[in-house]
Amino acid sequence: MSGHATYQPQNGFMRWLDRRLPIASLVYSSFVAYPTPRNLNYWWTFGGILAIMLAIQMVTGIVLAMHYTPHVDFAFKSVESIMRDVNYGWLLRYVHANGASMFFAAAYIHMFRGMYYGSYKEPREVLWILGVILLLLMIATGFMGYVLPWGQMSFWAATVITNLFSAIPLVGESVVTWLWGGYAVGNPTLQRFYSLHYLLPFVIAGVVVLHIWALHVVGQNNPTGIEPKTDKDTVPFTPYATIKDSFFMALFFIVFAWFVFYMPNFMGHADNYIPANPSVTPAHIVPEWYYLPFYAILRAIPDKLMGVMALVASIVILAFVPWLDTSRVRSARYRPLYRQFFWVFVIVCIGLGWLGGKPAEGGYVIAARILTFYYFAHFLLILPLLGIFEKTKPLPNSITESVLREGVPIGASAPRPTSVVSR
Amino acid sequence: MTFQRFLPALVVAAGLLALAGKPAAAQGQEHAHEQPEPPALKWSFAGPFGKFDRAQLQRGFKVYREVCANCHSLSFVAFRNLAEPGGPGFSMGQAQAVAGEYKIKDGPNEQGEMFERPGRLADYFPAPFPNEQAARAANGGAYPPDMSVIAKARTYERGFPRFLMDVVTQYQEQGVDYITALLKGYEKAPEGMQMAPGMTYNKYFPGHGIAMPPPISDGQVTYDDGTPGTVDQYARDVSAFLAWTAEPHLEARKRLGFQVVIFLLVLSGLLYFTKKKVWHEVQLHPEEMSKKS
Repeated sequence: MSGHATYQPQNGFMRWLDRRLPIASLVYSSFVAYPTPRNLNYWWTFGGILAIMLAIQMVTGIVLAMHYTPHVDFAFKSVESIMRDVNYGWLLRYVHANGASMFFAAAYIHMFRGMYYGSYKEPREVLWILGVILLLLMIATGFMGYVLPWGQMSFWAATVITNLFSAIPLVGESVVTWLWGGYAVGNPTLQRFYSLHYLLPFVIAGVVVLHIWALHVVGQNNPTGIEPKTDKDTVPFTPYATIKDSFFMALFFIVFAWFVFYMPNFMGHADNYIPANPSVTPAHIVPEWYYLPFYAILRAIPDKLMGVMALVASIVILAFVPWLDTSRVRSARYRPLYRQFFWVFVIVCIGLGWLGGKPAEGGYVIAARILTFYYFAHFLLILPLLGIFEKTKPLPNSITESVLREGVPIGASAPRPTSVVSR
Repeated sequence: MTFQRFLPALVVAAGLLALAGKPAAAQGQEHAHEQPEPPALKWSFAGPFGKFDRAQLQRGFKVYREVCANCHSLSFVAFRNLAEPGGPGFSMGQAQAVAGEYKIKDGPNEQGEMFERPGRLADYFPAPFPNEQAARAANGGAYPPDMSVIAKARTYERGFPRFLMDVVTQYQEQGVDYITALLKGYEKAPEGMQMAPGMTYNKYFPGHGIAMPPPISDGQVTYDDGTPGTVDQYARDVSAFLAWTAEPHLEARKRLGFQVVIFLLVLSGLLYFTKKKVWHEVQLHPEEMSKKS
């Protein structure tokens, strides 16, 4: 994975600086010369998209915080004042609110890509676990952010989610009172959520640094799932990955802009435009769409404590995937059975998401139980057993061989057959 | 990835979805019986190039002022907003005149006393009741909600697959459609349906028993522009007005959105061809390329 050019400072100042703080060298080796597999497809662009989304959320969030008032009597009003009186406040808020949705959408695609191509397998276990930690941090941050506008859904989501901690045996009630800062969700709750909502993105940024560090130690996985063997198998990050990422990022931003400018409230809930009212419970309390699969799992279990444990387990189990998947072959490309089960799993997750938005009654609960069972079975039964019984397809000898033999990854221009032959 | 290879997975998935879908279908029918869906109306402010109809907003404002304002507050809207671009298009003088007609409680003055003065542009629409309790006492126990963002705070369920189609059609006028339908939805209660005391039957209100009596009747408000004063017209106009109070920067938002999307489309095009050019070599001579860098 070496062999690409190293950084040579061009002028006197940079040479001087590089001997004292080789920051330019670090940037150069990480984002310019860094060898990236030549066969990465567009599913690999979501890592870069996620980094940009985090930056957008932090910048818009910091400006929003300048105008927001974390107090139960003024929070809703201050958000409306941002929407009406702050210059481009409506843009800041809609970018931030829809940005959260786009952030989660990108994260889920990023994770599914990792699952499909076995990116969690040896030696990328720590990289993957850091990703699971990032997901947990994102979930916490997003939840607290949703509480801040102090609408009906904010208040009741805060009530429902904090109440989950009361399921803890013996100390549950005390823990909830401690979390609330009182005997109900109130001003102390709002203020601490605001404080933490501001803090956690910086923690996320820190873990992102670790995530990227780990990535640069082990190198990127690729659609074949086999490690690059020669320089032929890789291309330098710049310009190849940068331009490819930029192109797909622009497409991603078109979707993002579509929601921000034309459908800004599509992914929100109408009830959150009603100021929080502790004495009126909404007909259906639903979280944001990106929590719906987990919410469905929570409600599928009749027992509260078990439901909460299932909810936590549904996320934490991801950290064990590197060891639950026993297959020696990484990529689903060469795993005909796993590929099918992967898509079933994707559909199950979408199904759980759909059920999470439905009232917990009748057939919905039964369906949610079946899908919850399948969700865990995928990790605890299917992944371990497939590795033992699945007959995998032969792997290519190298990335370059796979590119030349099997054609070109999606989005890359086709090689000219004549020139391939002439070589 | 042929279709046949995916067949087993599809069968499993279809089975699971069929299982999950059954109760949903039943649920949907049940609801349809209970509560009709508000008809989707044509709005000037819908779609990517939507703009408010100034005359309609002015008419809607008149309906609000003469009818709704007797019980409903509009606390996030200031008089100055009436003259701001993208709104009803009143002149600064007209907005000032409107403000002057309201009495605003101010103070304390140098004597330490609260006093009343005529409204100014910077003032917000004063609420009809001093507090929630007074509002409830005057309205048979019900609290008339603030109307500033009500067009975004009301909706009806679109359901699958329409909610996905809405992303493409940009349909997001559920709130205004619902409010219009509600204002026109007062009917005789069906046979055998007992209304609780103080409640009126409304076809579109969840549960049908609404504490607000029919708020408006034909001819109640006389329009200055000669538009016929029907309940249908009042309902549309006041709903459009509420769409503006809920989203006063809607026009600026859609205008900027168009520019941003055009910019991104051009940028994507340029990046696509740049990417193609950059990657062209890799496909041709991978080994030479890696030597070059």
